[in-house]
Amino acid sequence: MTKFAVMDHESVPKHTLLSPEESEVVLRTYGIESPQLPKIHVTDPAAKEIGAKVGDVIKIIRRSPTAKQSVFYRLVID
Amino acid sequence: MTVPKRIGKIKFGLISPQEFRKMSVVKIITADTYDDDGFPIEMGLMDPRLGVIDPGLRCRSCGGRPGECPGHFGHIDLIAPVIHVGFAKIIRKALRGACRECSRLMLLDKEKEMYLQQIRTLERLGQLSDEIVNKVFAEARKHKICPYCGAPQQEIKFERPLSYIEEGHKLTPSDIRDRFEKIPDDDIIIMGMNPATARPEWMILTVLPVPPVTMRPSITLESGQRSEDDLTHKLVDIIRINQRFQENREAGAPQLIIEDLWELLQYHVTTFLDNTVSGVPPARHRSGRPLKTLSQRLKGKEGRFRGSLSGKRVNFSARTVISPDPNLSINEVGVPLEVAMELSVPIVINARNKEAIKVFVRRGPDRHPGVNYVTRADQRRIKITSKNSEEIAEQIDAGWKIDRQLTDGDTVLFNRQPSLHRMSIMAHRVKVMPYKTFRLNPAVCPPYNADFDGDEMNLHVPQTEEARAEAEILMRVQENILSPRFGGPIIGGIHDYVTGSFLLTHGYKPIDREDVMELLKKFPPNEMPEPKGYLEDGEPYWIGKQVFSTVLPKGLNLTFKADFCLNCESCKHEECENDAFVIIRDGQLLKGTIDAEAVGAFKGKITDRVIKEYSPSVASEFLDRMTLLALRGIMYAGFSFGIDDEDIPTDAADQIDETTRTAKENVQRLIEAYKAGELEPLPGRTLDETLEMRIMQTLGKARDNAGQIAGRYLGLDNSGVVMAVSGARGSMLNLTQMAACVGQQSVRGERIRRGYAGRTLPHFRRGDMGAEAHGFVESSYKDGLSPTEFFFHAIGGREGLVDTAIRTSQSGYLQRRLVNALQDLEVKYDGTVQETRGMIVQFKYGEDGVDASRRDYASPDNVKRIIQKILKHGGAKS
Repeated sequence: MTKFAVMDHESVPKHTLLSPEESEVVLRTYGIESPQLPKIHVTDPAAKEIGAKVGDVIKIIRRSPTAKQSVFYRLVID
Repeated sequence: MTVPKRIGKIKFGLISPQEFRKMSVVKIITADTYDDDGFPIEMGLMDPRLGVIDPGLRCRSCGGRPGECPGHFGHIDLIAPVIHVGFAKIIRKALRGACRECSRLMLLDKEKEMYLQQIRTLERLGQLSDEIVNKVFAEARKHKICPYCGAPQQEIKFERPLSYIEEGHKLTPSDIRDRFEKIPDDDIIIMGMNPATARPEWMILTVLPVPPVTMRPSITLESGQRSEDDLTHKLVDIIRINQRFQENREAGAPQLIIEDLWELLQYHVTTFLDNTVSGVPPARHRSGRPLKTLSQRLKGKEGRFRGSLSGKRVNFSARTVISPDPNLSINEVGVPLEVAMELSVPIVINARNKEAIKVFVRRGPDRHPGVNYVTRADQRRIKITSKNSEEIAEQIDAGWKIDRQLTDGDTVLFNRQPSLHRMSIMAHRVKVMPYKTFRLNPAVCPPYNADFDGDEMNLHVPQTEEARAEAEILMRVQENILSPRFGGPIIGGIHDYVTGSFLLTHGYKPIDREDVMELLKKFPPNEMPEPKGYLEDGEPYWIGKQVFSTVLPKGLNLTFKADFCLNCESCKHEECENDAFVIIRDGQLLKGTIDAEAVGAFKGKITDRVIKEYSPSVASEFLDRMTLLALRGIMYAGFSFGIDDEDIPTDAADQIDETTRTAKENVQRLIEAYKAGELEPLPGRTLDETLEMRIMQTLGKARDNAGQIAGRYLGLDNSGVVMAVSGARGSMLNLTQMAACVGQQSVRGERIRRGYAGRTLPHFRRGDMGAEAHGFVESSYKDGLSPTEFFFHAIGGREGLVDTAIRTSQSGYLQRRLVNALQDLEVKYDGTVQETRGMIVQFKYGEDGVDASRRDYASPDNVKRIIQKILKHGGAKS
């Protein structure tokens, strides 16, 4: 069975894995700790695709009808 | 910030008799409450160990004073078990599912295994197992012989409210309890219960918990007589019967009497828990009032949840009927003197305001800006009377607090229910007035959705500096002119304000000096505008546009099409011969007419521009003056609407008759074509649908034509037309219906078809598809409707009423759910949306961080304005 390329689907927003340094910057800009971020499951197809591990932070860039683009961060949980 | 502690889990279960006993501090054995000296009797219903309510005493269990001690449970040992009403249905199911001999759940091991698996799976997924459990009981009931012990099963009949009958004998609660006790733990799990926290036999009560006295306090009446709480009354009943039961049983009374007493005990325990069980007559107070027992305390609108926890009652508030007062500023509210003398604002006395406050105190509570109470430095409150006011005025000192009566200029919150959006509660400045209603400027009706047909509104007085500051900065009316709903002004001219502006500014009628002065009387400008020109006799004259310009702020530039713009095919812009193209330059209205589009609520282009380019204060000033001027304008022009405004000339009426007649003929022709099979169906429609659509079309056109004919004879000299065209009230359609033809009545967008077999009313032949037979109203409201027309009109009108009733209830429920879901979310200063634990919901509010009431429309118009501004300023410099 050929693997379905999740990230290529137009409805799947762009997911990028942040390095620990980058995620530290995100947390600092918002003045929060990682559990306060929205969550994403490790088994989420998009998270699996980019090889995220529990504790990582994923940056998601979505299309938005009001702001063209909107950036979200999610903490990978299990 | 750290994430605060969270509730890990909440477990619901049944309380076992052991637990009841464990949490009980005293066993209650006597139904008496207080002895002759007024002291609570030990082991009675008011035992001091159950908590304290009398001031000065201490709790015998925890040592707390009243208010500190939360109260402690006691218990009553029931002589015989009784059923808990709340579990009657589950008991029935369990009784039918378990074997009458061995008490095992009557399913094969294989089935049990399967259901257990399913329940486990659902639990793991965090879903409810109700459906599976119901299936378990349904399956188990099918067995007529127990698969384990082979005992034949009997049908168990359930009789409301609480009887279980097997083979014609009533099962006693003891029998049921015995059976439940034998059910093995494994079977209980399949029955959807957890044997550790909820065993089925616990649904039968053997011990009754006695609620602490703190939740059923007795009150001492003025006569010194004690009056007990409803719960206490009920508990007395239970204990009495319990005792009688015991005595009878020990004396070896006949079975019949025992059963009767048992039934009675069951009745009292049932009504103690829930006094509205169907089939059980509610327990009543001596006066005949039904008792308010446990479940009545929790349920419903006035229950603990909706009444006490989600709703609160407050002091420093007032409620009365509202009425209009156009002389008030939109920021003001007229408060009746009686209300102002009752409500108060606390003021702390210091060295600097001491003398001023002395004057207030000296006035006492009866001369208006007076003082109702004084709080001394030691927190003792003294009521001011006309007798002690002089004396106390001399005593006051820094650190004391007075409750000053409400006076002009105080900030108060004003509210009208339903409070659907934030503009339903706004801060106003008080203006104390005679008479008994709250007064407000009609321009602030739209945000409250208020009118004056008997509406009442609430007023609240903030009691702290913080509350006042917050109200003044965030909640002032002028800060809420722009609605966050659509980013436009929600406050503005309505009805006569719009009509008045229209009449004043439409056209170029000359107005002489005296009349201009009269128009500007309420806010005289420093100097008269330059006259527009001079009349033949040399007298100067002005026009309404100039007069209106006096309320516009200097420097305002605006160009837009008025509401009554006819949307001509090619717009002539400045040259518009309808005077519908508004041009404002440097605060001067040069061309065009001011109507709803310019100053109306929900539209208000001028209001919008002023608030965005200047400030809310300038906008509120503009609205105040505009409303005053508009009323002067409508009075200057004179305005009324009467029955003869719906008159149209005879030839117009003839023309209208002609159009309706031809329309009806056309309908008849369509029907004939349909019957002859000559009608071409429209794409995607059946022949019947096509006919209906064509008929609706024809008749709709007939009404429009009738309206146009009538409209030709009704010009701007007609008050109705002025109101419709300026956007003040009503529409041309309303006028058409009054003057020319009401038109087709419809139910669900179709012609009226319901009624008798094959016809709508007995006045018509069966199968008549003509216009009159299906609700076409040819008459106008002025002419009056024929009986059949009237009936059809009532049918159509009723649909509208039903629709609104349903819509309000549905949207109310939707709103409640939405508010409950979103009430704790907060937009933080960094633009993120967080809930109370600090968890981020959105990284930027609405993904773009825009507050709809602070943004300006992203229109090319704005770009033009910016360019003009830069050119003007840049040009001046270079």
